[in-house]
Amino acid sequence: MSEELARRIARVAVASLLGASSLVAVGRAQTDLQGTSLDPQNFVQIERGRYLAVAGDCASCHTVPGSGEPFAGGRPIETPFGIVVAANITPDRETGIGAWSDELFLSALREGVGHGGTLLYPAMPYPYYTKVTERDALAIRAYLNTVKPVHKAVVSNKLPFPFDVREEMKVWNSLYFKRGEFKTDLAKSAEWNRGAYLVEGLGHCGACHTPKTTLGGDDLKHAFQGYTLQGWFAPNITNDNERGLGGWSVADIVSYLKAGHNATTAATGIMAEEISLSSSQMTDADLKSIATYLKDLPGQASSSPAVSASDPTMVAGGAIYVDECSACHGMDGKGVPFLFPSLEGSPNVRSTDPTSLIRVLMEGARSVATSGEPTGPGMPWFAWKLSDAEIAAVLTYVRNSWGAAAPAVTEDQVKSERAAVLGSASP
Amino acid sequence: MARKLPRKDVAIIGLGWTGSILAQELTDEGLDVVAIERGPWRDTATDFPTTYAQDELRYRFRRELFLRPAQTTFTFRNKMDQQALPIRSWGAFMPMNGVGGGGVHWNAETWRFLPSDFVLKTHLTQRYGANFLPEDMTIQDWGVTYDDLEKHYDQFEYLCGTSGQAGNLNGKIIEGGNPFEGPRSRPYPNPPQAQPFSYTLFAKAARELGYKPFPQPSGNMSQAYLNPLGVRLGPCTYCGFCEWFGCGNYSKSSPQTTILPVLLRKSNFAYRTDCEVTRINVDPSGKRATGVTYVDTSGDELEQPADLVILAAFSIFNVQLLLLSGIGKPYDPVANQGVIGRNFAHQTISQAIGFFDKDKFNFNPFIASGSIGMCIDEFNGDNFDHGPLGFVGGGYMGQVQTNGRPIQTTPVPPGTPRWGAGWKSAVRDNYLSTVTPGTGVHGSFYSYRDVYLDLDPLYRDHLGRPLVRITIDFHENEIKQNAYLTDKFAEIIKAMGATQVVKQYRKAPYNVTQYQTTHLCGGAIMGTDPTTSAINRYLQSWDVPNLFVMGASAFPQNAGYNPTGTVAALAYWSADAIRNQYLKNPGPLVHV
Repeated sequence: MSEELARRIARVAVASLLGASSLVAVGRAQTDLQGTSLDPQNFVQIERGRYLAVAGDCASCHTVPGSGEPFAGGRPIETPFGIVVAANITPDRETGIGAWSDELFLSALREGVGHGGTLLYPAMPYPYYTKVTERDALAIRAYLNTVKPVHKAVVSNKLPFPFDVREEMKVWNSLYFKRGEFKTDLAKSAEWNRGAYLVEGLGHCGACHTPKTTLGGDDLKHAFQGYTLQGWFAPNITNDNERGLGGWSVADIVSYLKAGHNATTAATGIMAEEISLSSSQMTDADLKSIATYLKDLPGQASSSPAVSASDPTMVAGGAIYVDECSACHGMDGKGVPFLFPSLEGSPNVRSTDPTSLIRVLMEGARSVATSGEPTGPGMPWFAWKLSDAEIAAVLTYVRNSWGAAAPAVTEDQVKSERAAVLGSASP
Repeated sequence: MARKLPRKDVAIIGLGWTGSILAQELTDEGLDVVAIERGPWRDTATDFPTTYAQDELRYRFRRELFLRPAQTTFTFRNKMDQQALPIRSWGAFMPMNGVGGGGVHWNAETWRFLPSDFVLKTHLTQRYGANFLPEDMTIQDWGVTYDDLEKHYDQFEYLCGTSGQAGNLNGKIIEGGNPFEGPRSRPYPNPPQAQPFSYTLFAKAARELGYKPFPQPSGNMSQAYLNPLGVRLGPCTYCGFCEWFGCGNYSKSSPQTTILPVLLRKSNFAYRTDCEVTRINVDPSGKRATGVTYVDTSGDELEQPADLVILAAFSIFNVQLLLLSGIGKPYDPVANQGVIGRNFAHQTISQAIGFFDKDKFNFNPFIASGSIGMCIDEFNGDNFDHGPLGFVGGGYMGQVQTNGRPIQTTPVPPGTPRWGAGWKSAVRDNYLSTVTPGTGVHGSFYSYRDVYLDLDPLYRDHLGRPLVRITIDFHENEIKQNAYLTDKFAEIIKAMGATQVVKQYRKAPYNVTQYQTTHLCGGAIMGTDPTTSAINRYLQSWDVPNLFVMGASAFPQNAGYNPTGTVAALAYWSADAIRNQYLKNPGPLVHV
């Protein structure tokens, strides 16, 4: 190595250290023309921010898939109240967040108050991000400062009246938004706390998995017990034995989040995207922390009587199962580990809300392919082949076989799901 | 005027088995690779899902997965003095199209050739004398040996999860396997497939006649399998819809189920489908390929410059592209000169159908897979003394019935009415109690001076390019071979307890309307002498060293086995030479 090169590397290293320490010591006191105190030389902070942006799955909403413009926004986010379009968060000064101060960034991320006091809609998950520490939030900002600025104006609010009136969010915030960073529970392990921080905060798992009130706020009494959105049921991820993750080990959860597959289940739908963009790229230690925390979430005992095996629907469903399903999922419902999901003992199969089940059977599903499990096997669609009554029967059968018990799926449920997803009637 | 695209390190023509293997190996080497495929994208869950994959009318009779003759076809004749005519409906073989190539709709019979097959000319001459071979037979040694290829056979079998029983493990003969096979360095990655009644009955009869039956090596999984690339296959369900069909259960090894999931994740791999390569471009010296030109479905012509070109289409299309690109000297059978089109070959297939007492035998023929079966190898290659027999070559034989599909499987004894109530009643009586081995006798097809490929002087395809003209007929050697093997086979079927055995010999003239197999071989053969071979022992063009030609077009003659195992082993062998020799010092790998 030449002396000059060595000196340069030393300077960079010192500068990085100074950058980090000045951030801690001086905080937001010094700002440059970019409105930020962040040091563009601070590799450690930027890399940390990149990782946290992955953990927060920022790119999922803020990038139009396949656009080649990371974080430039423009992706419509479907909410129960209408469409909210994700903002441009590249460092473009006019259309992105390049001109934002750190204070503004923190306030938007953690309090839902954007440029000029604009109130954000909670499609931007600030009710969860409020738990993110200032240090982590600024690291994310530091990373976002380094991505390619894209000049692209985005109109975020495409909601219908009356939801398009942003001032209403003041009321909503007073009902549902609890400001404040994550507080460590000293009674619990560091691993548990890290998991809680990720699940409750940056990971914003509750955004999908916690049921919502009519106004779209979290129903905290039933936190993480499953919620239906965008035509999918985000399942119960508490440690509930019947409907949740009670039957999964920590290793099962880690494998699922890392590879998209474990011995009994494969991820598809919205979760496939989450795994692909976010959790598959997280460290095993963080995934283990998440699993540790989830395994500590108490379930809520719920059970329903099994539909009798002699019920005509069960008999019909069993016959359809043998013809259409058993080749992959097996006569015993056990499937093939890491390839074809097990239906036996599956909390998804016996979930309270069969929306995802109906949808997967009708539309088919592609499981997520990851570097850990590249196969990405798919299930074919059956909507063209099975009538509403047949779909209801076979789903009722798998929900009440091999020791499971769950409410029957009705023909009407299938019919309305068919209309919603495919816009067509039973063949 | 073709639009010129940005340069790539490697352009691969065709994304079937060999294109996928080369793409995987060369992207691993860090090269930027593009594969250009004439046919459509194909994937398991979307293109042959279990919900309709088992549609015999659609796939077997309407041939949905194959190339449409309207896109391109061949002309055919038996003899050089005949006028060749275009094939307008596929018969004797089924040209593939689309991603995965023949690997999508093959039976997955995954054989190795015999060690003597690779040194055939030398071996037969030494054993029987030069005068024993017919005068116009043009067989050659391959320039590569079984020992060269062993680790690459192994590589492919472990990629695929081949299910089988080793018969020769590092020189030690293993009971229950094929005692004639070359030594293998380790067992098959999976145990053999389960064998239903007709197959075990064949094995019992063969054993009682003194033969050593063994399970056919199968690319259909006997159990779930995780391959070395991290891709998973599921256990075979024995549904009997393999050949002509895609497998919806992820149970049949194919590029889709073994390589493509990994390849598609690589940033240095790209593919273009529905794009037909029309020529390999060479520079003015004629000694260096500069890339390929292709046409998309809009009719736009595009030029893809590349430093290395891999020709990985189906054998006969490899030959066509070489001829259309002016690479290598076209074969002239009259002058017996030139190499491109030389030593074309197919296969010599026959069977013997066994009709059994329906009250005593129920074979449930629908429980099957494409490569299920029990075989013997006593009459393959030079495993038996040809001296008194007056012919050379042979094949494996076995009860290898791939299915009992309802439209195709209507066996009736001779004398049955061809239609009506009598026929229906005979089908009903015989469906469960008949053994129809299909390709039961799987004989070799050796090469001859007047069996070859060239460009048709008259007929052209939709792009205005001359069609390939096939000139092929059976010679007396193959007819004798087939008669001998078919008789031996029929003895075993008889010994199974058949009340009636119907022998269906393969006879001349070669009939292009009767299906045999899709094992077209030769035409751009490998060898040690540039005057009698198109490519060297590493599949590198003698004329254009930055062009490598994959596939069965390299076979100097066809052996008595299914070719895919050897095609893939050669592809890995060639990829190994590119990675470890060619890239370090681009140029000819063999100097003569």
